[in-house]
Amino acid sequence: MSRGAVERVLGVLAALAAAALVVLGLLVAPPDAVQGQAQRLMYVHVPAAWVAYLAFAAVLVCSVAYLVRRDLAWDRRAQAAAELGVGLTGLAIMLGSIWGRPVWGVWWTWDPRLVTTVVLLLVYVGYLGVRGLAVDAHVNARRAAVVGVAGFVNVPLVHFSVVWWRTLHQPPTVLRPAGPASAIEPVMLVALLAGVVAFTLGAGWLYLRRLRVLARRAAPPPVSVGARPVPSVTVVRGDGE
Amino acid sequence: MTRTARPRTRLVVVGLVSVAALGVLAASGLQDSLVYYRTPSEVAARPRSTTQRVRLGGLVQRGSVREDAGSVRFVLTDGAAEVVVLHRGDPPGVFQEGQGALVEGTFDGRRLFRSDLLVVRHSNEYQGADGETYRPPDAAVGAATP
Repeated sequence: MSRGAVERVLGVLAALAAAALVVLGLLVAPPDAVQGQAQRLMYVHVPAAWVAYLAFAAVLVCSVAYLVRRDLAWDRRAQAAAELGVGLTGLAIMLGSIWGRPVWGVWWTWDPRLVTTVVLLLVYVGYLGVRGLAVDAHVNARRAAVVGVAGFVNVPLVHFSVVWWRTLHQPPTVLRPAGPASAIEPVMLVALLAGVVAFTLGAGWLYLRRLRVLARRAAPPPVSVGARPVPSVTVVRGDGE
Repeated sequence: MTRTARPRTRLVVVGLVSVAALGVLAASGLQDSLVYYRTPSEVAARPRSTTQRVRLGGLVQRGSVREDAGSVRFVLTDGAAEVVVLHRGDPPGVFQEGQGALVEGTFDGRRLFRSDLLVVRHSNEYQGADGETYRPPDAAVGAATP
């Protein structure tokens, strides 16, 4: 299957999963006995957070691959994943805030889960900033890769913040040793999983599209027919910088 | 190479300073602010200041909620110790007996805690109303039956 076909199939599957999420999350699943309708925000808030974790894991893997191979294709993969992760983390914070107002009674509070999530967001915004500091693409890629590897410590910090410290945010329901059994009604869990599938497919679709744009930008400009021959330039990069 | 060593040294210095600054912050300030709330047992164990603002967390004791005009009074418990809370203002919509809650405010005398911020701490359990007609939970607040 060609690259474009994979992209199209992913796009269609993401749209189908999103439609299933809307039906399951808004119509099939009942409102929560305590939280009421606001609880439905869980079906998008939790997937946004999980897929952000996944994106940052991809940044880690691609950064290590760049440091080993020194191939800018890995750097582009890391960049696209980081951009997705930053967007999804921002989305998770906003959706969580909208949920927090009716259920907690406040838009925001300085509890460890919320603080570590903001730190996570800032570190990866910094990661995207570091990429533009130097002129040489390899210098940028190397520095970014170091941040991309070190920054990943934030992910377990965010996830376990609700276990290690006292928080207002509730502890995990699904991603915990005991699993989701008996803590969430099955139909709610199905809606949540539909959300996870929809967000993962949608993120994969966006990722491929973004990668295509980044690769095109990095490729040398095409030589138009009839134009003067372009003198070939060989760039020799010293080691040790 | 001396030409590229300079920026690298600068990077290392910036890195070391950032790590040191983070370490100092973590050792001093964060130590206390990482404790997001105190429990009734903890405040029972230490002398109570009537001026220092405290954030208290626990369960709203069943049968203890009394709502008056513009205020709500309830007992916050952690199973071992209890604090009587008088909160000025309306409780959030999902405030319920038997659920977690956080209050911010100061102690007034030995037993009463005056709160001006009441936040509901939701559990990690999700359950539909099981075929019953859905009823907004705030209708249950104030019902004295446990």
